[in-house]
Amino acid sequence: MRTKRVVLALKVLLWVGALTPTVWLGAGAYWGWLGANPVEKLEHVTGMSALIGLLATLLVTPLRRVTGWNPLIRLRRPIGLFAFYYVALHFSIWMGLDLGLNLSWITDDIRKRPYITVGFTGFLLLIPLALTSTRKSIRRLGKRWVTLHRLIYVVPALGVIHYYWSVKADVRIPILMGVIYATLMLVRIPGWVESRARRSARAARARREPRGSPASREGSGTVPVGATD
Amino acid sequence: MIIRVKRPSDVPSSEITPEDVYLNRRRFIRQAAAGAAGLALAPSALAAMEWPSPAGPGQQVDYSKLKSELGEPVNSYKDITHYNNFYEFGTSKTDPAENSGDFHPRPWTVAVEGHVKNPGSYHLEEFLAPYKLEDRVYRMRCVEAWSIVVPWRGFPLADLVKRVEPTGDAKFVQFTTIVRPSQMPGQRTDVLPWPYIEGLRLDEATNPLTLLVTGLYGKDLPNQDGAPLRLIVPWKYGFKGIKSIVRIRFVEDMPHNTWWVVNPHEYGFYANVNPNVPHPRWSQATERRLGEWRRRKTLMFNGYGDQVAQMYAGMDLHRWF
Repeated sequence: MRTKRVVLALKVLLWVGALTPTVWLGAGAYWGWLGANPVEKLEHVTGMSALIGLLATLLVTPLRRVTGWNPLIRLRRPIGLFAFYYVALHFSIWMGLDLGLNLSWITDDIRKRPYITVGFTGFLLLIPLALTSTRKSIRRLGKRWVTLHRLIYVVPALGVIHYYWSVKADVRIPILMGVIYATLMLVRIPGWVESRARRSARAARARREPRGSPASREGSGTVPVGATD
Repeated sequence: MIIRVKRPSDVPSSEITPEDVYLNRRRFIRQAAAGAAGLALAPSALAAMEWPSPAGPGQQVDYSKLKSELGEPVNSYKDITHYNNFYEFGTSKTDPAENSGDFHPRPWTVAVEGHVKNPGSYHLEEFLAPYKLEDRVYRMRCVEAWSIVVPWRGFPLADLVKRVEPTGDAKFVQFTTIVRPSQMPGQRTDVLPWPYIEGLRLDEATNPLTLLVTGLYGKDLPNQDGAPLRLIVPWKYGFKGIKSIVRIRFVEDMPHNTWWVVNPHEYGFYANVNPNVPHPRWSQATERRLGEWRRRKTLMFNGYGDQVAQMYAGMDLHRWF
C-alpha cells in the first residue's frame, strides 16, 4: 500500500515537472513574453525538454539498480511518453511555425542539413516506441518488444548530435548532454555483462539437465519485461 | 543635428543617378581604395547617395515610425536592445542586455594606426569631433538566419579613411574590440579567441553604405549593442559589424577575422549576405525578421546590391563566401 502511494506521488511530481515547460511556453506565447524571437524560444525550450526527457528515461534503470527499489520502473513509460510529446511538439513547431508548413523548405532541410536529418531520424525512431508503449503491445510483442525498445539507446544520441550541430560556437551545454548520455550508457555495461553471463550459464545448464528440472526454471519469470536493459 | 533617412517612396539611387555621376562614384571609390587623390569628385558622388531628412530642423523624430528604403518598419527599441549576439557578454541572445550593466564605455580611446599618413590615438570625443552624424535605417541580417531593421546613428567610415589618408600599402582595414574581462564576463570564457577581430577590404570600407556607428534610435549606443563605437556593413552578415572598437588598423594583408579563425570552413572573410550560398549546416535562402511570424526570402547583398555588387564583379561568391 505504501509503495503504491509513493509511486503515485512520484507520478504527480513527474506530471507537474513535465508539463511545466508547456504551461510556461503557452503563457509566454499568450502574454507575449517569449522575447524578440518567440518561434526560436519555442523551439529551444521544447527541444531541451525533449532531450532531458530522453535522458531521464535512461536514468530509470541505473537508479533502480542503485536504490534497489524496483517500483521506479513504473515511471519509465510516462517519462518516455513525455519525451516523445516534446519531440513531436518540437518538430511541429519547426514545421508549422518556423517553416510555415512550406513543404519544399521542409524536405530540403531534412535532406540537406545533417543536423535536421539526424533530429528527424530520431523523431521517426521514437514513433514506433510510442505506439507500442501500451500493456497490450508489450504482451503481444513479447521478446520482440524488448528488442524494438532498445532503440531508446540510440535516440538520445541522435538528439545530442542534433543539438551539437545546430550550435554556432558555444557547445558547452551540448557537450554536457553528451557526457550525461555517455555516462548513462556506460553504467549499464556491468548489468549487461552480468545478465549475458547468467543467460549463457542457464543455457549450459539446460544442455546438461533434462527439460523441466527445477534448475532450468530458476530466475525465469521473475524479471519484469525490459528489466535487464 | 541633421537627420537623414531614406524614405520608401525613394527610388533606388542607381535608377535616378545620371550615368556619368554613377560612373564617377565608382571611380571615386576605386581611387579612394587605391589611396589616390581625385577627391574633387566626392561631393557629386556622395550627393547621389544622400538620405533625405524625415523631419525639418528642430522637429522631433519618432524613431519607431521610421522605415527602410524598402518600406520595412524599424524594429522596436526593446527588440534591438534585448536580442543581441555579443559573446563578450555571454552567448545567449539575452545575455548582453543582462550582463553589460557594469561595462563603462567612457572614457574611451580609439587608435588609428598602420599604413596611414595621419595615425593617432584619440579620446572618443576628439575622435568623433570632425564628423557629422546622421541617422540611417538599415536591415541587419545575422548569419543565423534572423534579421532586424535598425535606425542607426553614425558617420560613413569613408570620411575617416579620407581624413587619415591611407598610403599605397593599405589594402585592408582591421578592427579590434576592447579586451576587458573584468567588465565583460564572456571574455572570462574561451568560447571565442579574444580580442574579437574584423576586417574590410579598403573599397568596402569606403563604400558610402559602411558606417561607424555611435547610436541608435537617436540615442547613444547601449552597452549591449556595442557601445561606444561599432561598425555597420549592411550588406554583410551581422558578425562583420564589430562592436566596442578600440583599434582601427590599415594593413596590407587580409585580416584574420574571428569567426573565420574559429571555423574557416563555415565563416569567410567577405560574409556577404547571399541566399544562394548556404551555411554548411543551414540554408541562407530565407530569414526570420524579428517581429514577424512568416519567414521572408533573403535578398542578395541583403537588398543593397545596387550599391555594392560592382565591388564583387567577377568574383566567385561560392568560393569567397
